[in-house]
Amino acid sequence: MAREGMEVSIAAAEAVALCDTDCIAAYPITPQTHIVEHLAELVADGELEAEFIPVESEHSAMSVCCGTAAVGARTFTSTSSQGLALMSEIMFIAASLRLPVVMALVNRSLSGPLSIWNDHSDVMSVRDCGWIQVFVEDGQETVDHMPWAFRVAEDPAVSLPVAVNLDGFILSHVIEPIELWTKEMMQKFLPPFSPVNRLHPDQPVTMGAFAMPDLFTETKMAQNQALIKSKPIILKAWDELLQVTGRRYRPVETYQTEGAKILLVTMGCLGQTAQLAVDALREEGEAVGLVKLRLWRPFPFEEFRKAVEGAELLLVIDRAISFGGPGGPVASELRNALYHAKKPPRVVNMIAGLAGRDVQPNDFEQMVEQAKAKVAEGKEDDYLIYGVRG
Amino acid sequence: MRNLELYSPVLLPREEYFCSGHRACQGCAEALAVRIVMKALGRNSVVAMATGCMEIVSSPLPTTAWAVPWIHVAFENAAAVASGIEAGLKILMKKGKLPRKKIHVAGMAGDGGTADIGLQALSGALERGHNFTYFCYDNEAYMNTGIQRSSATPFGAATTTSPAGKRIPGQTTWKKNMPAIAAAHDIPYVATACSSYPEDLFEKASRAIETPGPAYVHILSVCPTGWRIPPSTAIKYGRLAVESGAFPLYEVVNGEYFLSKDFLKLLPVKEYFKGHGRFRHLTEDMVNQIQERVSADWEKLKAKCVNVKKG
Repeated sequence: MAREGMEVSIAAAEAVALCDTDCIAAYPITPQTHIVEHLAELVADGELEAEFIPVESEHSAMSVCCGTAAVGARTFTSTSSQGLALMSEIMFIAASLRLPVVMALVNRSLSGPLSIWNDHSDVMSVRDCGWIQVFVEDGQETVDHMPWAFRVAEDPAVSLPVAVNLDGFILSHVIEPIELWTKEMMQKFLPPFSPVNRLHPDQPVTMGAFAMPDLFTETKMAQNQALIKSKPIILKAWDELLQVTGRRYRPVETYQTEGAKILLVTMGCLGQTAQLAVDALREEGEAVGLVKLRLWRPFPFEEFRKAVEGAELLLVIDRAISFGGPGGPVASELRNALYHAKKPPRVVNMIAGLAGRDVQPNDFEQMVEQAKAKVAEGKEDDYLIYGVRG
Repeated sequence: MRNLELYSPVLLPREEYFCSGHRACQGCAEALAVRIVMKALGRNSVVAMATGCMEIVSSPLPTTAWAVPWIHVAFENAAAVASGIEAGLKILMKKGKLPRKKIHVAGMAGDGGTADIGLQALSGALERGHNFTYFCYDNEAYMNTGIQRSSATPFGAATTTSPAGKRIPGQTTWKKNMPAIAAAHDIPYVATACSSYPEDLFEKASRAIETPGPAYVHILSVCPTGWRIPPSTAIKYGRLAVESGAFPLYEVVNGEYFLSKDFLKLLPVKEYFKGHGRFRHLTEDMVNQIQERVSADWEKLKAKCVNVKKG
């Protein structure tokens, strides 16, 4: 199918509709709005046979999703920032109930000050909610990851919710050439949803029972194991996505890492900008490469360690702050992942691109200079908020 | 209520869907209310329940008191979860992914989960018009967490967060009129009921679930633990609440009010307060104040209930 120029949000909605989604519950919040607006249009025009449930809050959006997924309906929602914060209580419960809800999480900063612009402070607040979490970096990846998310979430061995993270505005609102899937591709890739358990009188089940201390830990261990064990299924789904689309996705992507002494590490859209910076730096003779994290939960320890082997310095760009903590959440996790490595690279952490502040290729070049200076000073454990005034 | 079927052999189905063995307190009239409601809902039903007494007593892992499909997600969202269940079942049947079948969907919560923290989700679900019934089991405080006041706690009642102090004598606000709020959504069926009147409760629950669209049933559920009354008197105090007009029983069908229990003369509220630990501290002035309010509310309600039910 030919590529067509379209807004990424609209394309995401088209992809969700092609998945034969049964229920969509959502509340308007910029910049997610176009996704659900377009889904509402598709339902209103009869192009998608689904229940569109325009709820009165994000909290109810996720609660409705729990109800629809619990009866075995293919369920989608989308949100951003404050909305995510409001629904976060129920996100934790959706994961522990093993309900395969799929969410397009259009990342933007958490208030305050109030901002509608893009960073990762929203998703980092629900890092430990038990969902499978991936980051995409362009429109095509966004479209491809909608059926992928349903496929992984609804796999009986997984049965967990999936959040597909896409950067607000700088990805959600741009127009890109995108190839939408055909019905044949979808049929080949995405089987109908057949839940392990469903709320139905034919086979009554109790969902959401409470646990006393003698059982709570065991339920949490089982939940954690389910998330860890979802990885082979995630990888298999990507393999089959390659068969159907010809596009390959991995948990950790690398660019020009061969022989690189310095590696930039990014998540989401910044990866594409960083690629340009790497090209420029390579031309200047700097041995710089790029590592892009796509899979955030379950964390791909093995792939990440392999990707950074031989590097002397990692420059990790975070788009959220852990206030009063070690800097950014991504860098602190990566340091942890490398702690037992035989020859771990030094890790310098820069926090950049908060609330939509633009990060351009030359910014990465400056970050590399600043990172080198940090190492020379012996202060690589510190972190820097890049480009901040005052 | 022990041997309930002996008292109502014809009126109530024998089948139990809220089964014995749960951990409710002695004399819990809320457990009785759930039991009667479940007899009305029957086998082909799905229940979404809020966090609260009934959730805790009925579902300790790995056991359950529920013979029907049941889900608990959180405190404030029973109505939202129920609306998701309804929407999900509807579209799956419409698309042929599930065989067509009549399934009753119910949301259930206590007074805190309804009138306080769950009010927004309930309002949204009622406004969207889902075909479901919401049951509020009102025991007039947060009993599960240790008897804290809610907006459904009556004026004057002592709770752990509205204690009968030397300066402030218990709850200083009047009970929130939840049935009126539900009725203001212009839904087709609203009713109040009490488990001290099991047949009336059963009939109303049955009517509610058979009503297409959203329905709301508000059930006074006497809590001996929280009201500080002997467990053996739970049924009696439910009757006194109704007979004194403190909790009138009525229906609102398509906007028309019908009184379910009329009395030539209401019992004085002081008869209802007698022996009632949470009202023990009330002064005569306060009792008079409450009496005035209850009498006035009763008159207002009677003025609305001019309709005579057909059939």
